[in-house]
Amino acid sequence: MSVVDTHRVFRVTTASRIASVLGLLLLLALAAAPWWMGRADLRLLGEIYLYLSLAMLWNLLAGYAGLVSVGQQAYVGLGGYVLFALTIFGGLHPFTAIGLSVVIGAIVAIPVAALIFRLRGAYFAIGTWVIAEVFRLGFAQVSALGGGSGISLPVDVVRSLADGRDAREATSYWLTLGCAAAVMAIAYLFLRSRNGLALTAIRDNELAASSLGIDIWRSKFVVYVVVGGLTTFVGSLIFLQKLRISPDAAFSVNDWTAYVIFIVVIGGIGSLEGPIIGTVAFFLLRETLADLGSIYLIVLGAIAIAVMLVAPKGLWGLVQDLTGLRLFPLGYRVEPKQSRKE
Amino acid sequence: MPEPVLDIRKLDAHYRDFQALYGVNITVEAGEVVAIIGANGAGKTTLMRSISGLIRNRAEQITYRGQQIGALRADQIAGLGIALVPEGRQLFQSLSVEENLIIGGRTGRKGAWSLQRVYDLFPVLQERRNVPSTSLSGGQQQMVAIGRALMANPDLVMFDEISLGLAPVIIRQIYESLPTIVGEGMSAMIVEQDITKALSVSSRVYCLQEGRVSLEGRTADVSREQISAAYFGT
Amino acid sequence: MDWINAIVQGTLLGGLYALFAAGLSLIFGVMRLVNIAHGDLIVLAAYLGLTVTAALSMNPFVALILVVPLMAGFGYVLQRGVLNWTLGDDILPPLLVTFGLSVIIQNALLEGYSADPQKLNAGAIEVASANIGGLAVGYLPLVMFLTAVLVVAVLQWIFYATALGRAFRAVSDNQDIAQLMGLNRRHVFGLAMALSLAVTAIAGIFLGVRTSFDPATGPARLIFGFEAVIIGGLGNLWGTLAGGVILGVAQSIGAQINPGWQILSGHIAFLIILAVRPRGLFPRMDG
Repeated sequence: MSVVDTHRVFRVTTASRIASVLGLLLLLALAAAPWWMGRADLRLLGEIYLYLSLAMLWNLLAGYAGLVSVGQQAYVGLGGYVLFALTIFGGLHPFTAIGLSVVIGAIVAIPVAALIFRLRGAYFAIGTWVIAEVFRLGFAQVSALGGGSGISLPVDVVRSLADGRDAREATSYWLTLGCAAAVMAIAYLFLRSRNGLALTAIRDNELAASSLGIDIWRSKFVVYVVVGGLTTFVGSLIFLQKLRISPDAAFSVNDWTAYVIFIVVIGGIGSLEGPIIGTVAFFLLRETLADLGSIYLIVLGAIAIAVMLVAPKGLWGLVQDLTGLRLFPLGYRVEPKQSRKE
Repeated sequence: MPEPVLDIRKLDAHYRDFQALYGVNITVEAGEVVAIIGANGAGKTTLMRSISGLIRNRAEQITYRGQQIGALRADQIAGLGIALVPEGRQLFQSLSVEENLIIGGRTGRKGAWSLQRVYDLFPVLQERRNVPSTSLSGGQQQMVAIGRALMANPDLVMFDEISLGLAPVIIRQIYESLPTIVGEGMSAMIVEQDITKALSVSSRVYCLQEGRVSLEGRTADVSREQISAAYFGT
Repeated sequence: MDWINAIVQGTLLGGLYALFAAGLSLIFGVMRLVNIAHGDLIVLAAYLGLTVTAALSMNPFVALILVVPLMAGFGYVLQRGVLNWTLGDDILPPLLVTFGLSVIIQNALLEGYSADPQKLNAGAIEVASANIGGLAVGYLPLVMFLTAVLVVAVLQWIFYATALGRAFRAVSDNQDIAQLMGLNRRHVFGLAMALSLAVTAIAGIFLGVRTSFDPATGPARLIFGFEAVIIGGLGNLWGTLAGGVILGVAQSIGAQINPGWQILSGHIAFLIILAVRPRGLFPRMDG
């Protein structure tokens, strides 16, 4: 009797089924938030969605493709400037500009990848930082975009978003919610695709993966470019919310990379659930410790270090070790069809 | 009877994620050469790594000169006088020949072995003392690896597959030097897949099979048939 | 003449970048660790210099007598207490832990010294200069450059002519076998980090004497040091000095064209060299 007869292979678990139903309900409830939430809460939620998106994307890079970037602020800032440049000088509607930002980000990511993929491991990380600095210093030289001091989104561009302030707030909110949902769906589908499976194989064993004929360079390149495009997209939404951009804010390593890394590390790197848990934990911490100012960041850094040393798989890893729970049906499981009688 | 130099009791050791040794008992008396034989994957290298501390176990599982060393770190064990000539030589590539030998002696243990004495044993190394260790032939590299272990003036030296990948003439030369090496009260453990070579220099033999001792005895007493049964598990 | 002046000033500035880079290069060579907090440690040393000079009212260069051992001791403790636990096949833990450390140091400095820019006062040497062939060469940049040459020479000597250097190289080659030689790699790594931060202390004092600094100054110093290491080629200390000089010259030529382009042109020079010679100009080691 072969293993196939006695065992069944499956992907969807009861927990993941319940999670998908609850997830849909939650999405519906959140989509209706503009009708039952105040403006400040909506803005906070919007910020949470955008950080969740950044965390998901960074996790794809570092947790799956092994590309530890500390320079993703390059794409966040690029997205912001694309939005401002295309609406102000191109006369485009903000929606069109936001849509185009994905394409522009991906196109920019191609030569960047070709260059910095020459660096390995930690040197790759600092290389990405150099790129972000080049972007920051480069945009600071463009006086049409406000140079080093920055520029605001003109009133007529903001007005074109929707009529009335409430409608604009709601539109902006839905965009961020849609962004987070789309990024999560893309991350999930990507990991289930051929490329995603190749990536997981590379992460688990680079040598074995290459002997299976997986083109490691190409797989990583594709991830880098896709994540670059999507991060640019998130960046355009971030600065649509902020309505003002300057090189220092746009390419801030703390805001767009340090926080994101802490979110992913604390939540659990290399899982899809991790960034969600991490985002929740990050905002809970921030809302409770915000008064502490820089002490808050010291605490955050210390927590991230402690997690990395004690529980490298993060909070989600702890939960998983204790319960075996899995919310996203990724990868297959094998279990005996019925208990064997000895 | 004097206490053994090395006394291994009920050693269960793990290599990476799987258990490689099961309840292994081995003793080495002072001045004795013991051969450890066994097929690939029988647990020989795990045994060497356990004794030298590269794999850490429970303290009482390995006793050396009356001291429980099973849980010590490799650098602590090295300081007590156990040296390993590792499989595949594993010289330090960025060190010259002489630096490789000097670093072997950094535990500072007193004894008969010195740089000059190693050069006397392997004169070719003195000629090439300042070249990078990577530019040596395989046999010369093996001489450096042996010399490096001797520089520590160990009480117990372990040789892991020293004939692997070397030309027969070099193997003969190295084995001819072994009596000089162990002739001064030093104990030795020789791990080899080449059974004949191992038996020719040892007084006792242990055979490992799938992580367990399948045969032990005086080299003179065990027959070819017993060995092949213990080796292949037939 | 302006151009020659720019090249000379850039070369001397390169000495400072080499000082930023030497500690980074050293620990990468010994334990393949890239310390993201390196720049913040340089700034920490500058603040330490500030406190020492203020408390004992001494010249910042004299304060090195205290700052160097303090930083070295901190390096040893940091390595044995935290960083040793991150080393292994996975590059993520050391990267993320040093990144966390970077954020902690920046914000701790912010808490302790506020965001106001500070400067170390070294007295007359800061403005004194010699006229060499019609060029005004400042004593401070000259001393900075000569110090960098000296530091690289000493590190080179330690690495290739002392027992400590032999231990560094042995552990770098093969940690397991080095342990068999009686080397405790955790201790050796601790010593390497101590040495790295001793150099960092010198770099921090020169940084503080040359320009004003604040708690957020660190990351840019890390990047300059990193660029010097990559331009020069991994694992080659003299290469790192050359890398620092190339970076310094690129920056001062950029600044000569347009003051706003100083830093940018350094980055661009780095990216061009990365594109043309991915392993740096004088590589000795694989990344």
